[in-house]
Formats: sequence, structure tokens, C-alpha cells
Amino acid sequence: MDQNMELRQTILEISGVNPRKCMKCGKCSGACPAYDEMEYHPHQFVAMVEKGRIEELMKSKSLYRCLTCFACLERCPRNVEPAKLIEAVRLMVIRQQGMNHMKSDDLPAFVNEDDSIPQQALVSAMRKYSK
Amino acid sequence: MKFSYYPGCTLKNKARDLDEYARKSFEALGLQLDELDEWQCCGAVYPQASDEIATRLSAVRALAAARDRGDALVTLCSACHHVIKRTNEDLKADENFRTKANNYLQLDEPYSGETEVLHYLEVLRDKLGFDELKKHVVKPLKGRKIAAYYGCLLLRPSRQMAFDDPENPTIIEDFIKAIGATPVVYPYRNECCGGYVALENRAEARNQVAKIHASAAGKGAEMIITACPLCMYNLKQNAPEDRLPTVYFTELLAEALGVKED
Repeated sequence: MDQNMELRQTILEISGVNPRKCMKCGKCSGACPAYDEMEYHPHQFVAMVEKGRIEELMKSKSLYRCLTCFACLERCPRNVEPAKLIEAVRLMVIRQQGMNHMKSDDLPAFVNEDDSIPQQALVSAMRKYSK
Repeated sequence: MKFSYYPGCTLKNKARDLDEYARKSFEALGLQLDELDEWQCCGAVYPQASDEIATRLSAVRALAAARDRGDALVTLCSACHHVIKRTNEDLKADENFRTKANNYLQLDEPYSGETEVLHYLEVLRDKLGFDELKKHVVKPLKGRKIAAYYGCLLLRPSRQMAFDDPENPTIIEDFIKAIGATPVVYPYRNECCGGYVALENRAEARNQVAKIHASAAGKGAEMIITACPLCMYNLKQNAPEDRLPTVYFTELLAEALGVKED
């Protein structure tokens, strides 16, 4: 099995998403507040994972533009849950050695710049972007 | 009525207001809020992948501690509520997670989702009742036009959160009415503020926040209220200069109950 199909299998397993349920209505991307920020939009994540185009998704900045607001997941008429797929692809990246998107060493600079940053923001960033 | 309380990391630091007004208000309402003896940060983000076990354990510990006291568990921060509520739903529905979490924690009594998880607002709506709240208001906020900002984490995904109608919620508007003010309904009240990208992509966060303030102001609101410290930060720090004043809902509650010290 090639690398992409192995990754695809893991992503489907840990996300619990079945991209074949998608009827391509585009409602997820229509609901997405980060649509303009993303190279690949939520409906494209679903289609690309289904086709096994995982390495392209793993290289994309779109992984870090998703706001995890669950609008796509809430509004999907087929319960496909694109947000779970985006998170699973992001995990495939940051679970690799040396591939964290943000490091704890990066945090002091944020706080030095703006000391009103709540703890919640720092903890969230580590939870989402670092393993 | 007595409840166990999980404040969370931010309420002990940058969001002390949210916590202090909440405690004073419950006292004034005759509701007892007992902080859990030992609690750990919930992690602030609910881990969506099914093989993320360790990242959900601190929530399980808090839930089991409330169960041991025989209490419902009350949360206040939207993120803590989201993580703890969903972890509890997972424990009920996902046998694999339930088994692994219990194997790891080795609790005296296994935990499988028995605790009732309530957001502070749900206590006001479902346990006390907004009609009862109204009776305790000594300083009704008459004529004040308040916009509720729900954000994401309290409402979605509604299958697990079961907080309110995810597209047309009413709980915070009903709260605003109960304290004597006038709720302002506006389109962006349940649209994401972009809080999670506030650290590294302020432009995206600013864009979201500007839409929320403009939407609320356009419908005649004078003020925005929220339950989330990250939304609060974002709605203030990444806002346009003509932004609306933004406060925690517990501050208005304390004011209406006459326990806010000036």
C-alpha cells in the first residue's frame, strides 16, 4: 500500500469519518468562516481524503486556518463531519517527530507582546499545534 | 441546591471577573457552588480523534470527583464546558474510550458518564428557572440593549452539547430579559470569533471580530456579553476602535442582583 493510502486509512480510523457519505452539496464550505483563508476548503478535504490525496493536504497551511468552530460539522446534512477530518490530517503532521506547528518556546514572545492573552489561548495553541 | 464547580485555569487568572461575579451571584441566589478539591486544566480544546485518550483524562478526573460527592458538575468557561461535557458524552457512548480511561485511571469506582454536567447558564435556566431569577433582581437593567455573543463552543456540536438550538439559541436572550434588560438579536451571535488563531493569525481573528461588532451594533446593541475568556480577549484586543463594550454575563448578573461592588 502506498504512503497516501496508509495515511488515509489511519485518518478514517481516528476521525471516524466516512467521506463516501458526502453528497457534495458544499454546505460545509458555505458555512465555514475561514473559507477565504483556506487553500483547500472543507468540502475539498472530504473529497481529497476520499481520493487518498493526503500528502497534499498535510503540506497545506489550511490545516492551521481551520477555526474549529464546528459550523461545518453542525450543518452537514449527511453528518460527514469535515472538522474531524481536518483535525485528523493535522494530527498526522504534528505526531511526526519535529513537526510541531508551534512550540512551547514560542509562547513567551506572544505574552511579552500582549500580556492580556488568556491562559486558555496558550493552552489551546499547544493542544492544537503541538505533540 | 448544591453543585460541584470546575472553574478552569483562566478563571484563576485573566478571567477572575467571570469567576468572582459568578460566585457572588450564586450566593445571592441561594445556590451553593463548591469548587472541586483537586482539578487540573481541561486542556482547553476537545480532542476530536478517537485515539486521543490521555488528553481527555483530566476531564474524566473532574467528572468522577463530582460523582464521588454526589453532585452535578457546574462549569462556566465555554471551553471547559465543551471539553468536560463532550468527554462525559464520550464515556457514555464509546466503550473503547471508557475502558481505556478507566484502565488508566484505576479509580476506586469505575466512571462511565454518570455525572450531570451543567453550564452556569443551564443552572439558571433549568434548575433555578429564569422566573425565579427575576424575583431576586433588585436592580433591573432597564433600557439596556444587550447583545448575547454565544460563539461556538457552547452550542456545537448540538448532538453532544444539547445546550440550546444551535442556529437560533434563546438562553442568553432569556437571561438578559430576566435581569430586566432588552436582548438584541443579531446575525453573528453564533459565528466564530476566531479565538484559536488569535496568537498567530491576528488578521483572520480581526476580520471575524469586526463582523461581530458591526453586526451587533447594526441591530442597536450597546454592549456585548459572553461566557468565554478567549472570546472576551479576542472581542476586545482584536476589535476595531469603535467596538462595543464587552463584559462577562456574570458581571451583569451580579449588577442586577445588587452584589457587584463599584
